[in-house]
Amino acid sequence: MNKVRVATLWLDGCSGCHMSLLDMDERLIALTEKIEIVYSPLVDTKEFPQGVDLTVIEGGISSEEDLEKIRTVRANTKVLLALGDCAITGNVPAMRNTFPVSEIFKRVYEENSDFNQEVKPVLVVPALLPKSRPVHEFVAVDAYLPGCPPPADAIFFALSELSEGRVPELGSLSRFGR
Amino acid sequence: MITGPRIKTLTIDDKPVGAREDETILTIARENGIRIPTLCHLEGLTPIGGCRLCLVEVKGIARPVAACVTSVQEGMEVTTDSPRLTQYRRMVLELLFSERNHVCSVCVSNGGCDLQDLAQEFGLTHLTVPYQYPRHKVDASHPWFTLDHNRCILCTRCVRVCDEIEGAHTWDLFGRGMQARVITDLNQPWGSSQTCTGCGKCVHVCPTGALSEKGKSVREMRKSREFLPYLRLMRQGRQV
Repeated sequence: MNKVRVATLWLDGCSGCHMSLLDMDERLIALTEKIEIVYSPLVDTKEFPQGVDLTVIEGGISSEEDLEKIRTVRANTKVLLALGDCAITGNVPAMRNTFPVSEIFKRVYEENSDFNQEVKPVLVVPALLPKSRPVHEFVAVDAYLPGCPPPADAIFFALSELSEGRVPELGSLSRFGR
Repeated sequence: MITGPRIKTLTIDDKPVGAREDETILTIARENGIRIPTLCHLEGLTPIGGCRLCLVEVKGIARPVAACVTSVQEGMEVTTDSPRLTQYRRMVLELLFSERNHVCSVCVSNGGCDLQDLAQEFGLTHLTVPYQYPRHKVDASHPWFTLDHNRCILCTRCVRVCDEIEGAHTWDLFGRGMQARVITDLNQPWGSSQTCTGCGKCVHVCPTGALSEKGKSVREMRKSREFLPYLRLMRQGRQV
């Protein structure tokens, strides 16, 4: 039997959702009999592969790079799971949304900096979008598991069901904020 | 000759119930163990029909009515749950979440919030309307309490408890639509209010983390509302 090809992506979030994923502990081993991690911050693949069955997204869309990545992911993924509040609501990273990016730069790189105040992160690093927004405002999302982070039990249930090709009702397993 | 309120008979979810004519659908439903979700309503405060969570269907009336402000009528056939009602209730919750910055994960009331509880009850895993991310202020000028407009749903529980129970009427509403917000006195910092007695009733009836006690961190604020029916009863006793 071919294993289900699973990818995970870390966008504008704190990696807590990935930590919660690892909190599945020994169930991860049972899961790897059914699934294969083909792309993730946890493995070494550099390019997002084609023909992925399930991609788990942590974090919202905050920069031009995030936007480019999520479009690539969507084009190459059958089922997309938005994992955690940042991917679903914007959450903490979206608390910057009430300020223009220019004001944030001023605060962080001028007012709170003792040196090189004229240097702004405008080269090399991806440009910030005006707001950090939920994944489903940019691409279609197939399943949502809220939580900050979602509990490991809920993630295990979601991955087990989704990897069997079912889209389960996840609303009762976790909620916004925890 | 019999005086006093007359008794009406009606059905709620096909269950025959009897009610005094001055009772609302919500009151009589609760007396009979039938749950209707509410948010702005709080036992002991005057109902306003503001949040529309308690919408119910009444046979013969095309649009749903708010159970908290609709009096019973003879022969009424009330339905408290239907796909249409669930859709409306979810939409109400979605609009409330989208209109302010309810960042549950860093809220003092995380785990003790009526809005968060209802979202889970209705399986709200995401919004179908875009978040507005409006810019709102936090008023921390009061020595003991904090007002965070980002988490306010404009239910006016604070306005009503301050007016009806404490008798101070420090709180009121200012502005319209999405710009509406609760204010203290003549739209001045809470800490400079001349009328606030510092009783804290507003904080404890607040359904979200909009009003909280200072010194409480994430997940630490828990609201106690037991005082409300008791105070209401005492006041009624005094009026008789």
